[in-house]
Amino acid sequence: MVMYALKRIFLALLVALTVSILTFTILNMTTDPAVAMAGDTATDFEIESITIAYGFDQPMPYQYVQWLGNALQGDLGTSYYFRTPVTALISGRISITLWLGLVSMAVGILIAVPLGVIAAIRPNSIWDRICLTLAVSAQALPSFWFALMLIVLLSVTFPILPSSGTDTWVHFIMPVFVLATRVMPAIMRLTRTGMLDVLASDYIRTARAKGLKPQNVLFKHALRNAVVPVVSVSSVQLGHLLTGSIVIETIFALHGVGFLAYESTVRNDLPTMQALVLLFSCIFIIATLVADLANAWLDPRIRVVGIDN
Amino acid sequence: MKPLDCLEIKNLTVTFPLSAGTLWAVNDVSFTLARGETLGIVGESGCGKSMTAMAIMNLLPQAAQLQATGLTFNGQELTALNESEMSDIRGNRMAMIFQEPMTSLNPAFTVGAQLMEAILRHRKVKKSEARERALYLLEKVGITAAASRLRQYPHELSGGLRQRVMIAMALMCSPDLIIADEPTTALDVTIQAQILHLLTEIQREFEMTVIMITHDLGVVANVTDRVAVMYAGRIVETGLVSQLFESPQHPYTQKLLDCIPVPGKTKRGSYLGSIPGRVPSLIGDLSGCSFANRCSFCTDECLNNDPPWHQIGSQRGYLCWRNPEQISPYKGQGVSL
Ligand SMILES: Nc1ncnc2c1ncn2[C@@H]1O[C@H](COP(=O)(O)OP(=O)(O)OP(=O)(O)O)[C@@H](O)[C@H]1O
Ligand code: SF4
Ligand SMILES: [Mg+2]
Repeated sequence: MVMYALKRIFLALLVALTVSILTFTILNMTTDPAVAMAGDTATDFEIESITIAYGFDQPMPYQYVQWLGNALQGDLGTSYYFRTPVTALISGRISITLWLGLVSMAVGILIAVPLGVIAAIRPNSIWDRICLTLAVSAQALPSFWFALMLIVLLSVTFPILPSSGTDTWVHFIMPVFVLATRVMPAIMRLTRTGMLDVLASDYIRTARAKGLKPQNVLFKHALRNAVVPVVSVSSVQLGHLLTGSIVIETIFALHGVGFLAYESTVRNDLPTMQALVLLFSCIFIIATLVADLANAWLDPRIRVVGIDN
Repeated sequence: MKPLDCLEIKNLTVTFPLSAGTLWAVNDVSFTLARGETLGIVGESGCGKSMTAMAIMNLLPQAAQLQATGLTFNGQELTALNESEMSDIRGNRMAMIFQEPMTSLNPAFTVGAQLMEAILRHRKVKKSEARERALYLLEKVGITAAASRLRQYPHELSGGLRQRVMIAMALMCSPDLIIADEPTTALDVTIQAQILHLLTEIQREFEMTVIMITHDLGVVANVTDRVAVMYAGRIVETGLVSQLFESPQHPYTQKLLDCIPVPGKTKRGSYLGSIPGRVPSLIGDLSGCSFANRCSFCTDECLNNDPPWHQIGSQRGYLCWRNPEQISPYKGQGVSL
């Protein structure tokens, strides 16, 4: 297990490095940082001097190594637009996004997994159909539209919930609900198919043959095996959630990094964009890592496969 | 039911309602097992052996429907029990060894945890005592280095070892009845013999009642006291092993015996092991003898009406239109036991 974990961590670092190279190259190729920095009214001379002063004329690999060196020391450059260090900018806002993401994920899982289990216990029953209908409808809803409809309904027509801001937990109810709806369908359907497969398996019959209580058979023997694919997909869903948070934070005016991503893209704020892409990638990589480790713990066969490969 | 009887089954029928009609997986099966007795249930694939076993354990698939005038175990009527009362008996007073050792253990838990679970469920024992019992039984079923096996996961064990673990698991609560459903079918030939030998030894040592399900008459000859031959959901003949091998009454039993190779008599290269024709469909109206399409003695009566049961003494019986007088002595290959 330790070997497997170390291997996974090493792989994750490798992926993070690759992602950083790619984003750095792509962003630097598609925008001229000096132009962005100098502003709309700058003369050619000004742009030229900025290019030289900041080393934008240096070869790309050289620039990347410098950027990486600084990044590792916690210096991600200075935002062209906000004129503050990117690190400070992000650290002031990340907690909102992380909380939003984690709480939405937790709410999504806490609703979707039990629904999936209920649907699987009595396949094709009325409960199963209700759950499937919910999943399909939720999947079909574009989250920006769903968010706007909620605002119209719960903030305008019936003013129950605030439509923007981050002052109290009440402000988070609608955003969390919208994001949770985004991750629920896949998790629910996967729990359902996973449970159906596992409940039909020989080892569940063995567990029943031992005379174990139904809840023991269901939650100890079945669910543990059924959630392995759910865990993997949850990490992918977290990715959906992060991209979703860009839209949701903008709609609900939550000043997290999702909103920052929107702002920096609109302003062509290269260092901030670069840092955010890297940040989102790292969150995604960490989520995948956690999912892999959780699965190795859930299913011992995965650990063996990991070492053999 | 005599007080010494362990299990009595009366008119057990298991059906599946399918869109094409009713599938009669087990059709009016009755038998009695005395305490300490070993019964072999023999028959080809799909004849309802497993479903009979599952009906006794109350582990039938959800779609299955069970009917019986009696399923009595240790004097208790099983059909009157609810699921919770039944689960108190399962794994405790009766246990089962399955046909599929490779997939019958949960991949997520250690062998030790899965072994101990049954006794922790049914007895007030400490974990350490459960562990002791698991160790003792693993050694009993011939597993070396038992202590380290307890910490292993199923995928680290071979099929033969897994089946030994399953046997040990079935023994955890010293059940009165063990149902072994083709315990060796999925294993290598050499391992098969070992596992059968083990089961025989254990049956003697723990004085258990055993139902041994198999499609191999050879297994029956070596391991069991009595045999019930099943065909298309019905028991077509029962008797002591010696009676059945010496004077099989039902044409199906006779043909089954003809399929067993006999050293010195069966010619090398001669065609073995199959009865011409196919098992009829089990779906819909099944009147008449189900063996009729493969039977060389078939008459119009056989085709139109259900054959009667002939009881010969207390232990023997067969399901056929032919009277005992009509049946010429079996002159098959003369299988000797
Ligand atoms: N879930 C199910 N739905 C419908 N029919 C089933 C189901 N399970 C079993 N059957 C049918 O019931 C009949 C008896 O099956 P059973 O498993 O008892 O056979 P078996 O004698 O154990 O055969 P084998 O030697 O292959 O294990 C078969 O014809 C099978 O097609
Ligand atoms: S009843 Fe008729 S068809 Fe059936 S086994 Fe007897 S003789 Fe053959
Ligand atoms: Mg079977």
